[in-house]
Amino acid sequence: MSTASEKILARASGRDGVKAGEIIKAQVDTAMMPDVTSVLAIEAMKKMGAESVWDPNRVVVILDHVAPPSSVNSARVHALIRGFAKEQDLKHFYDVESGVCHQILPEQGHVRPSTVVIGADSHTCTHGAFGAFATGVGSTDMGAVLARGKTWLRVPETIKVDVNGSLGEHVYAKDVVLRVAKEIGVSGATYMALEYTGETVADLTVAGRMTLCNMAIEMGAKTGICSPDHKTFAWLRNHGMDIDESDALHPDPDSCYRRTVELDVTGMPPMVACPHNVDNVKPVTEVSDIEINQAFIGSCTNGRLEDLRQAHAILKGRQVHRDVRLLVVPASRGVYKEALDEGIITDLVDAGAVVSNPSCAACFGGHIGLLGPGERGIATSNRNFRGRQGSPEAEVYLSSAAVAAASALTGHITHPEEVE
Amino acid sequence: MKIKGRVWKYGHDVNTDYIIPGRYMELTDPGEMAAHVFEEHDPTFRKGVRKGDMVVGATNFGCGSSREHAPLALKHAGVGCVLAESFARIFYRNAINIGLPALECPGIHDSVSNGDAVEIDVTGGTVRNLDTGAELKFNPLPPFMVEVLNAGGLVPYLKETEEW
Repeated sequence: MSTASEKILARASGRDGVKAGEIIKAQVDTAMMPDVTSVLAIEAMKKMGAESVWDPNRVVVILDHVAPPSSVNSARVHALIRGFAKEQDLKHFYDVESGVCHQILPEQGHVRPSTVVIGADSHTCTHGAFGAFATGVGSTDMGAVLARGKTWLRVPETIKVDVNGSLGEHVYAKDVVLRVAKEIGVSGATYMALEYTGETVADLTVAGRMTLCNMAIEMGAKTGICSPDHKTFAWLRNHGMDIDESDALHPDPDSCYRRTVELDVTGMPPMVACPHNVDNVKPVTEVSDIEINQAFIGSCTNGRLEDLRQAHAILKGRQVHRDVRLLVVPASRGVYKEALDEGIITDLVDAGAVVSNPSCAACFGGHIGLLGPGERGIATSNRNFRGRQGSPEAEVYLSSAAVAAASALTGHITHPEEVE
Repeated sequence: MKIKGRVWKYGHDVNTDYIIPGRYMELTDPGEMAAHVFEEHDPTFRKGVRKGDMVVGATNFGCGSSREHAPLALKHAGVGCVLAESFARIFYRNAINIGLPALECPGIHDSVSNGDAVEIDVTGGTVRNLDTGAELKFNPLPPFMVEVLNAGGLVPYLKETEEW
């Protein structure tokens, strides 16, 4: 009678069972921190009196938000973190060439089904796509994890998100999760977990499921989670992991859910989240008169190979609109290399794209690709808050890579079928 | 624990980018973070805030990023407490962890105006509007969080706590 989260957190706290609402202390399997939150976490750990991390094998540090540094201050921060990684003999340190933390973490074998992943980044919920209980915390919480290997968690209630029906042409996981956000709202899942189920979720690739789980936080959720299946296990094995399928925990069919959200996505058009909230979601055709200055394809939400393939299918042999700058940022070095091998990058550059090194880039407004006052951008990332990608007088629209690519071609928000 | 201060009132979904934009995440000194608090969302805040003032939000206060820069910037600008109808979970944890009381208080948004003087009994669970006399009750924080706040945050708390 337990949800996926209840089962995983029971195991992590050494209990036979836990129920939503309880506060438990969970053993952490993987602790991850990116550049922008690490220094405060390291300071917190040391101020707590800990000289060393609890387990140098379980701490993963990734320099991704401002990679490579775009200011003297961020260069200083990176140097401090490198020094810490050396001093602590951390086994898993990824420097600025690597890519976005939430892509690196599973690609490099740090996420297993039914484990607890704690990250000092709000999009840590991404790793629920592999059946982990994964959630974001701040730096002081991360300091405590570094020092003790544990964290306190309130066992979340769960909203079951049951998605059925088949996705039409040009419709992807991003459109599904934007539709879910419209339904649940930006705070409708605060302190809860989202369990994604249904035939559409089963049909999605692992990359698509990562997109679903990634945006759980945009509804306030503590985590998003998909039950691991043959696709999950195959993906993990392809990435060099030794997986015992029988060890994976699955929700009971009669679990107690706070609420069930049922969606039929058959016939659903591509979706766009309009300024300045992620739940301000409209079908792409309702916003097709909106002109844009920038299209950004990248981030932990949609910077994976399948996203770049969507963009490539639309942009190959054509030219980006003269009033638009197209920024393409693969989510990791692995994604970048595969896109190079497939010829995607060459064609995107020929189409007029700026292709940048794997990093968080424009997503959080702290690095390359900012928007100026009065400008509008369409982005495959996860937040469209006022000022998120630069000027507070700019506007950000969120979409799939296909819609972003089609919009880059025409100069206004565009349904991909219009540019076929 | 009692806190007294004036109200700075904001709306729903005050996100961490409003509190401190992403480009300042490279800062590691809380004093420097405080210099940019609400820089674009409310440019009058930084100049006008006085020690002990309260920030009042509606629902989903602190949504967005996990950056602890957000509660740190508020605290080091002098804010003594954040009250809201509801909080986003990471901001809430972060605030308590750095010793900034974050109190979920249903009805607060409608019962105070900008600039009102307010007195809060954190452990007793009451908010009193000293200008209007209105009084609100809220569910006091769980004992564990009160202990963390009383210690001054999770760092001093854990320094003194072996069992964790």
